Amino acid sequence: MSIISAKKLAYEYIRRDKDGAVDGIVRALDDIDLDIKQGDFVAILGHNGSGKSTLAKHMNAILYPSEGTIWVDGKNSLEPENMWDIRKTTGMVFQNPDNQIIGTVVEEDVAFGPENIGIPSKEIWERVEESLKIVGMYAYRTHAPGKLSGGQKQRVAIAGVVAMHPKCIVLDEPTAMLDPIGRKEVIRAVRALNDVENITVILITHYMEEVIYANKVYVMDAGKVVMEGTPREVFSHTDELESIRLSVPQTTKLADELRKAGVPMPKGILSPEEFAEALCRLSSTM
Amino acid sequence: MSLIINHVSYYYNKNTAMEIKALDDVSFKIEDGEFLALIGQTGCGKSTLVQHLNGLLKPHEGAIYFNGENIADKDFDLHTYRGKVGLVFQYPEHQLFEEDVFTDVCFGPKNLGLPQSEVELRAYEALKQVGIADEYFYQSPFDLSGGEKRRVAIAGVLAMKPEVLILDEPTAGLDPKGRDDLLHLIRNLHDKNGITVILVTHSMDDVAAFADRILVMNAGQLVFDDEPRNVFANEEYLNRIGLSVPEVTRIMHLLYQKGLPVRQDAITIEEGLQACLEILR
Amino acid sequence: MLRDITLGQYYPTDSVLHRLDPRVKLLGTIVFLLSLFLFQNFTGYIIATVFLVSMILLSRVPFSFMVRGLKAVVILLAITVLINLFATPGIPLVSFWKFTITKEGIRSAAFMMLRLIYLIIGSSIMTLTTTPKNLTDGMEKSLSPLSKIKVPVHEIAMMMSIALSFIPILLEETDKIMKAQMARGADFESGNLFKRIKNMVPLLVPLFISAFRRANDLALAMEARCYQGGNGRTKMKPLKYHLRDLAAYLILALYLAATIVLPRIPALKL
Repeated sequence: MSIISAKKLAYEYIRRDKDGAVDGIVRALDDIDLDIKQGDFVAILGHNGSGKSTLAKHMNAILYPSEGTIWVDGKNSLEPENMWDIRKTTGMVFQNPDNQIIGTVVEEDVAFGPENIGIPSKEIWERVEESLKIVGMYAYRTHAPGKLSGGQKQRVAIAGVVAMHPKCIVLDEPTAMLDPIGRKEVIRAVRALNDVENITVILITHYMEEVIYANKVYVMDAGKVVMEGTPREVFSHTDELESIRLSVPQTTKLADELRKAGVPMPKGILSPEEFAEALCRLSSTM
Repeated sequence: MSLIINHVSYYYNKNTAMEIKALDDVSFKIEDGEFLALIGQTGCGKSTLVQHLNGLLKPHEGAIYFNGENIADKDFDLHTYRGKVGLVFQYPEHQLFEEDVFTDVCFGPKNLGLPQSEVELRAYEALKQVGIADEYFYQSPFDLSGGEKRRVAIAGVLAMKPEVLILDEPTAGLDPKGRDDLLHLIRNLHDKNGITVILVTHSMDDVAAFADRILVMNAGQLVFDDEPRNVFANEEYLNRIGLSVPEVTRIMHLLYQKGLPVRQDAITIEEGLQACLEILR
Repeated sequence: MLRDITLGQYYPTDSVLHRLDPRVKLLGTIVFLLSLFLFQNFTGYIIATVFLVSMILLSRVPFSFMVRGLKAVVILLAITVLINLFATPGIPLVSFWKFTITKEGIRSAAFMMLRLIYLIIGSSIMTLTTTPKNLTDGMEKSLSPLSKIKVPVHEIAMMMSIALSFIPILLEETDKIMKAQMARGADFESGNLFKRIKNMVPLLVPLFISAFRRANDLALAMEARCYQGGNGRTKMKPLKYHLRDLAAYLILALYLAATIVLPRIPALKL
């Protein structure tokens, strides 16, 4: 079943100069078709300014299409009565961990969403406990969020969304401001949501290593979807990716270089382990 | 130029119950024209160390000598020194404040007390060095794109004509192309203008591609001070202190474990390619 | 630096005072502050001291932590004390040049100093033992009748609690921007007042921009989490009175009565 689908989705806004006069019209999203199934792990790749955040905000009814339509769990976002249902269906996690924390204690922050949608207190307690356990932050439930590391803060933010029992979570560059350890923590939590809880995950990022866990990748450039497929398919197009300000993991690049040198390495190798396997096989046949 | 860090220790909340030793007997020397990388897990003391190099913090024990003079001395001219050892903080674009790009870049050299003509000349040169075109000079810095803002902010430090340039995670938040462009810009500054660079980073791939020497910190201590390939030979130890090796090195180690007689000291794509070709021949 | 300001920061620990309903603590603080101005003689101070000391002990917050908060207001204290010391007419004790210290002056300076210190410690006990969230919840609930006359009580409480939780973040940010501009040669310490204010521009502009960006981000995050004002909201920790809260109200009433009555009994007039 489709959880998010879009047809010819476009978003335009008016750009003004300093004096407020209209300077031009920017087409931030252009003719986008999407079809995301319940339980998918989708990655959206694109350079800064490619329109990926704008697209994310459409999935949560924060922005509305100028043209075309987006349906979240079958509901058209253009119909005003659907707004709260859509926001309950898809939760959002943003880039800056400091700017999305509302509570002064971890558990109170996680409770913020359920409180907003009128869940009775007893059930809020259950939901808070359950979602903090999913992201592995239960031990910190009475801590002040300010004292946590970046990765821990983001996991709290994720728990805050999970506590609203969404069908789908959109993460808008959740790791951009984190160090490698924080990045790993967050990706691990996100994968657990997808595997264990079967929540649809839409991960927006420009870290290529984070994409390899997705079962579908959309690549965006200038407001359009320019490539889609599995990570393996997408990463076998190194040159195209580089031409739109992206890159492939170092491992994939090394395999590419070997292929250029005449070694028949398979296309779309993603991890060092895979690479080593493939090369071993080759060296034994040579 | 010579910068000597001699047995430096620094404590946060000194003499309280919450005392933390942020730097623990750190010693090293920076030579003219080096390209150094400073790596370590968040909270290992990197930022504290960097702030010492710029004179923003003073060591509780030990000393830092610039051209033979202790920078903590009362008569040491810290103001001029900060121009010589330039520090670019993380997300430097958050410090832009002037009405236009050019005036903002003038802020640093103006603080050095230079005559206006010299200030403007330096600002102009710095903006050229970071590749900002003339037509942006009189725009508000806030109208630029993220990557451009960051360049302008770096120009703001370059305009002070530093001999040493310290950059704290200059590529954080940029997309892959933006990261690449900025790193090449930094390498150019190093190669063409002879600026000594200290790059604080989390990306081992960048370290492998750019640095001649790595300083590795863990829990306030300097645990490695060596060439990249020697440091990356210690994969297990690095993993233990929350760091990793470049992907290429990881591949070489895996191949070796699988019994292939591969050179293990490859750290860049280029070297990895050679190493693989060697065993396939 | 700026982070050393501990005045009124929540101190996490577990004590009777921490567990009390914030409404009790709000009223308690008001009663205590009022009582400080109700009496004029020594007996009143003894009662207030006993009350304050027991509260300090009950709060389980280290006394040194509270005293550190006082540092921030030392100048204010000194000025008040000096004014009282020199400007109170009465029987002169010492006099030099144009200044005269009177017996009444010493008395009133001492009382004023005590009163101010008690005032600060008394109100900081409330903030030390109550999370900002709890405090604003308490205010929201106490003031909720006002929402009937269209006062946006929930919104005000929400704004306060957000502002409070952003203070440490903005302090840290100030520190960071200050250092970054110092690395660009900025000077925040020398020059006359006018010059110093002018020198603050490189600090204030980035700080405001950052605050606005954060506010924007936060509004977006709240909206995405279905925030739509106070209507239809439930609470994870709704405020409910317990037995201990009733007991506390009783103690407060006793205290108030004691401060009014006891100092007026002739035998106890000191």
